[in-house]
Amino acid sequence: MDAHAVDDIRSHVKTYLMIFGALMVLTMVTVGVSYLHLPVAMAIAVALVVATIKGSLVALYFMHLNHERKLIYYVLALTAVFFIFMMFVPLFTNMDKITQRY
Amino acid sequence: MEIPYTVEVRPDTGLSNGKLGVWLFLASEVMLFAALFSSYILLRVGSTEWPRGAEELSVPMAFFNTIVLITSSVTMVMSWASLKMNDFGKFRMYLGATILLSFVFLVVKYFEYSHHLHAGEGPWHNTYYAIYFTITGLHGLHILGGIVVNGYLLGPGAKMWKTQKERFTNRVEIAGLYWHFVDLVWIFLFPVLYLL
Repeated sequence: MDAHAVDDIRSHVKTYLMIFGALMVLTMVTVGVSYLHLPVAMAIAVALVVATIKGSLVALYFMHLNHERKLIYYVLALTAVFFIFMMFVPLFTNMDKITQRY
Repeated sequence: MEIPYTVEVRPDTGLSNGKLGVWLFLASEVMLFAALFSSYILLRVGSTEWPRGAEELSVPMAFFNTIVLITSSVTMVMSWASLKMNDFGKFRMYLGATILLSFVFLVVKYFEYSHHLHAGEGPWHNTYYAIYFTITGLHGLHILGGIVVNGYLLGPGAKMWKTQKERFTNRVEIAGLYWHFVDLVWIFLFPVLYLL
């Protein structure tokens, strides 16, 4: 391992510790907000936004997605499309107007 | 026969085979958990009443477990970084800490489960507990899987460091990708099941 690469990793380590701090703060925010007893829709929105930020930090920095090969981005983009589709599946059950008439 | 592209990248993918493999596996894992999250939405939207997670479950225990899992993700990435810096001693310390934190998570989960089961609140109690036990149970199995893989890399698998440093570092990186995914799932499970 050459010295340059080791220096590179050292700077990564600093980033990891900063991300660790950010994740701790955001976890406290998630719990703190839950004590505010916001209306359900608002509470869900805030909780999911904070969770998405935390998830992105883990994926970008710990899983190194901030600098990865294109092929992995393609795979993940396809996964994201199917994931979003899956989240909308419950909605489709309400679109069945024929059986819901009875 | 030697396994190809464990260290050097494959020209057409630009990746080592193991790394592409684990990402494809994680993509399938996303869909597995997506199916359960989707079921959760369907059950919740379709029910006439739904309990607030905070009134049913222990938020302090889940908060503690969230901290434990995030910390374990940091120790996991630090174990990989230690190998990159050629420090095998630190690698052992960080990976050991990761495994220890995984057990802490499972022990806390055990106390949570046994509390609910003694109170008669098993998966059969209502739809909320059914989906709670299903999703957290599957997530718990993933923690167990991570312990097995990380345990191998800390124990018998560590021999590879003596002969093939780069290949071993890649193995730790790949195990780390899986471990961060397990952490990522929990980051969503915590608010969805415990707080909303």
